Amino acid sequence: MCLGIPGRILDRRDDAGLPVGTVDFGGVRREVCLAYVADEVEVGDYVVVHVGFAISKVDEKEAKRTFEVLREMSQLEELEWMADLADAAERVQP
Amino acid sequence: MKYLSEYRDPEMARGLVKRILDTSTRRWTLMEVCGGQTHTIVKQGINEVLSDAIEMIHGPGCPVCVTPLEQIDRALHLATRDDVIFTSFGDMLRVPGSECDLLSVKARGGNVRVVYSPLDAVELARGNPDKEVVFFAVGFETTAPANAMAVWRAHELGVDNFSVLVSHVTVPPAMVAILEDPENRVQGFLAAGHVCTVMGWDEYEPLADRYHVPIVVTGFEPLDILEGIWMAVRQLEEGRHEVENQYVRSVRREGNRPAQDLVSKVFRVVDRGWRGIGTIPGSGLGLSPEFAAYDAEIKFGLEHIHAEEPAECRAGDVLKGRLKPYECPAFGGRCTPESPLGAPMVSTEGACAAYYNFGRVQAGAAAGANS
Ligand code: SF4
Repeated sequence: MCLGIPGRILDRRDDAGLPVGTVDFGGVRREVCLAYVADEVEVGDYVVVHVGFAISKVDEKEAKRTFEVLREMSQLEELEWMADLADAAERVQP
Repeated sequence: MKYLSEYRDPEMARGLVKRILDTSTRRWTLMEVCGGQTHTIVKQGINEVLSDAIEMIHGPGCPVCVTPLEQIDRALHLATRDDVIFTSFGDMLRVPGSECDLLSVKARGGNVRVVYSPLDAVELARGNPDKEVVFFAVGFETTAPANAMAVWRAHELGVDNFSVLVSHVTVPPAMVAILEDPENRVQGFLAAGHVCTVMGWDEYEPLADRYHVPIVVTGFEPLDILEGIWMAVRQLEEGRHEVENQYVRSVRREGNRPAQDLVSKVFRVVDRGWRGIGTIPGSGLGLSPEFAAYDAEIKFGLEHIHAEEPAECRAGDVLKGRLKPYECPAFGGRCTPESPLGAPMVSTEGACAAYYNFGRVQAGAAAGANS
């Protein structure tokens, strides 16, 4: 029940006073209530959806930035790792 | 390395794991609050690969697991009534009550229906004016806005054959209960990203301050969790105790204001019992007096239904982090996901089920059960 999944808004409309829209989750489509994000989202935006309700707009810039930070961090580590391995390999050579 | 094979980006995960292991000068004890994170941590073996540096205690963050037996019994009572269509999220159906579960009531002909959104239950009420539709409103702060909207919507549309059986819980009072426990070992928290998406993180700052614990708002992907752990470890190593936000792509400091507004209109803060833990003051939401007409407990007079929890289930110790699931004598023997004794074995987000499903080998060996 706790898992919120990000999906992309395909359309939005009004259902007797309630803003709703179709959201695509990697091929699976669901009708989602947009009331809590109505002021900040447009068709095409990504939202985190929980039990049929969009609870936030996914900040794409932040998503990319986090990913880049993580990638840099891990690439650095990779290099250090490889250097360590090379050192170790040298030491065992006769 | 087998635990890393499932990562979407094993290289990145490995980098983070190494960083955490290198940064730790001692073994720290962290708690993830959310059951969704417990599921990922145990499934991906994050607790195993980090075990030299970090002990992960799995917190009480699975609303299915903490819903009190009494509320389950009340749900069962309603579901057997001829005039009621009882609606619920799917994961509540197998939670054992004193005598049976909702699924077996359904199998015996009870009108129990699974809904994806609480608004579906309101629609069901509109389509069945001759029946009473009751929705089982459980969950943390993440689910509260959805459940509040269902009540609000029923009110707006004048749907008076709709009501809710409420068993809402909130996270910060539970964290206080854990921190106040004289046997507490938790030194830092991963706060649940989606709870904070709704609530923001203001209310965690006094906790970090008062109890000197780092609290990192964390997302749900394996890499999110690893980064959250790394941020918490860095704080501990540097002697800091602040609230930090790892899950920036979804969580803003002030949270989702429109959602908070409707929740505080429809609900009010109440004392709430947690299965296996007992009553935690101010840790729940109940309907506010203006919406009492939608309260199933009042509508159907359910106050007389009380229940004692079975002594054999050690859920309380598991949820407080005092016992690993496989240390419970019933684990994997008399208690399995097929026939659960307690709620943490029912939900896939429950700590006991997570260990049973993904950690069976180590857990079995450690417990001396299950070959
Ligand atoms: S293994 Fe079963 S009996 Fe033991 S604490 Fe978990 S749910 Fe309760």
